[in-house]
Amino acid sequence: MTDQSSQTCTLKALGLQCDRGDRELFNDLSLSVSSGQWLQICGANGSGKTTLLRMLCGLIKPDAGEIHWQDKPAHQNPVLFRQSVEYIGHLAAVKPELSPLENLRFAAILNSDTPKHKLEDALDHVELYGFEHEPAYTLSAGQQRRIALARLLISPAKAWILDEPFNALDRSGVNVLESLIEQHLQNGGLAILASHMPINLPLEPAGQIQLTN
Amino acid sequence: MLSSNPYLATIQRDLLLGLRNPGRLLNPLLFYGLVALLFPLALGPEHRLLAQAAPGIIWVAALLATLMTLDSLFRGDFNDGSLELLALSPHPFVLLVAAKLFAQWLLTGLPLILLTPVLGMFFSLTGQSIGILLLTLLLGTPTISLIGAIGAALTLNIRGAGGGALLALLVLPLYIPVLIFAAGTIKAAGAGLPVDGQLFFMAALLVLAITLAPAAVAAALKINMH
Amino acid sequence: MIWDFFYKLASPRYFYAITGKWAVWLGWLCLILMVAGLYGGLILAPPDYQQGESYRIIFIHVPSAWMSLFVYVFMAFNAAIGLIWRIKLSEIIARSSAPAGAAFTFLALVTGALWGKPMWGTYWVWDARLTSELILLFLYLGFIALQSAIEDPRQAARASAVLAIAGLVNIPIIHYSVVWWNTLHQGPTITKFDNPSIHTSMLIPLLIMAVAFKLYFFTNLLMRARCEVLLREKDSRWVQELVIEGRISEKTA
Repeated sequence: MTDQSSQTCTLKALGLQCDRGDRELFNDLSLSVSSGQWLQICGANGSGKTTLLRMLCGLIKPDAGEIHWQDKPAHQNPVLFRQSVEYIGHLAAVKPELSPLENLRFAAILNSDTPKHKLEDALDHVELYGFEHEPAYTLSAGQQRRIALARLLISPAKAWILDEPFNALDRSGVNVLESLIEQHLQNGGLAILASHMPINLPLEPAGQIQLTN
Repeated sequence: MLSSNPYLATIQRDLLLGLRNPGRLLNPLLFYGLVALLFPLALGPEHRLLAQAAPGIIWVAALLATLMTLDSLFRGDFNDGSLELLALSPHPFVLLVAAKLFAQWLLTGLPLILLTPVLGMFFSLTGQSIGILLLTLLLGTPTISLIGAIGAALTLNIRGAGGGALLALLVLPLYIPVLIFAAGTIKAAGAGLPVDGQLFFMAALLVLAITLAPAAVAAALKINMH
Repeated sequence: MIWDFFYKLASPRYFYAITGKWAVWLGWLCLILMVAGLYGGLILAPPDYQQGESYRIIFIHVPSAWMSLFVYVFMAFNAAIGLIWRIKLSEIIARSSAPAGAAFTFLALVTGALWGKPMWGTYWVWDARLTSELILLFLYLGFIALQSAIEDPRQAARASAVLAIAGLVNIPIIHYSVVWWNTLHQGPTITKFDNPSIHTSMLIPLLIMAVAFKLYFFTNLLMRARCEVLLREKDSRWVQELVIEGRISEKTA
């Protein structure tokens, strides 16, 4: 067995194209991110940031082009690809009727089972300690967002694809997320972040993709 | 605590969501009883007429009550992003969808069946007729849940008041074979004729729906997640 | 070679370029056959010894009923191709088939009801075939309604393709359950070719009408599909060029 953490990971997109109705959102878009790097996707509202991210994680099939993971087409080994990518969209995927712990546990089971104390540690890390058994509808939007961020802590995925991750977070939430991403990159992970605002990470982005209308 | 098997966990989670939202569970049941009880008021209280019409009435009421539950089947998961979570999990999406459909039947179909003997009493059905009625519901309600889920998945992206009526338009024609065979079975049983053939046919429809519907639902959901 | 042809035909631009003439030819052929079939059916064929003149409505009723089913299968088949191989033209063909299919179904229902009045004394009887036809009409209307409810044309095409396939799987089940539900109907008249129960002088015009209806469908389909191609490709350069050249007016595009 090879040590997963020391292996270099690469996520590539080759010649992506997306048509929405009769409009072309983007065309011949390529990118490449490797371990320790992060990429920023910028653009105004409606420029196709979300669509691009959903395409990168496999929710949308590109109208042309391919996504490659470790230099092999992602669709050749979808299970490996889905294990390697964690996507957090602008919807937090948090069920209001379930507690943070139940929400996190369900998300964890969908990937790989995680012991309970790790889930509690993760909730603690995103400052939800003491709320883990409250129904999520009693929490604020920012706190619900933090449940989604806790998923990053327990995810074994090497590639993080985050859509407007700083939305709804307060100052301390932003700090938590920034340090999470930093840690992730140091551990050999990679990240693709979409934001219409500048992102302050100590590490410069490996590249920037500007989408235009 | 949720099971560590992803499919069982999905079923548990949906059951939990249903139980914490009792309205979602009870309203279709009330609707079922209410629709069925409208008929005696419209047709008159004559026992023989009602007993004859009862299987048809109860089945139509069951179809409509199932229809009522369909919209909430994927709507919540679609609106809060949970559907994406399921679609991006390494486990086959079709099986996760199938788990959700099973939970849906446990939450909506099963209570419907349990309520039926009470309705049967209102229509002065004999014990034997109620037994056959329950058997047809047991074989038929999963089929209509499965077929209905296709319609629910297809209309997920359609906003506004037209969505519910559209769902009915898409789904009700596909319910007709189940309705015909269920009502026919009960009628035949009432006349003292053998009903094995009809019941086997309903079982065949159920098997067909179990095999094909989850794939169609998964495909429809993926189309709408675009 | 034939595959090359279909491959080329699947390009909307090529389809638009070559089918303009086809539609005209098919349309004329359809008109000639329809006049011939109606002449044969309404004037040459003798009156029926039981039903008198009223049986003549079968020259419209039977071809429409055949077409109603044929078009659904054709539509679902194209929709499936569009869904699986993501061929835009198949999506367009499926979408453009639906209105004509629904119209044939409606025509079969109306003519069936009109024929029923003198035969059965009432416009509507719950006979197996009429009932199946009515359900088929709802399947068509559902397909059309779903198509028009979703704004994105490709998403609409994919969603309604799933519906069409589900409908296709269900049609035989619906039909046989309805037949089982009510076996009260005169037996199939046409399929018994070895021992035809209708006279040749009626059969020939009926078959001519059937061909004419099929040609009408394909003419209608081509014209609708050409229109749909222009709509879908309205931002592409080749459509813009057609507008600039004045071959189509700005309004239609």
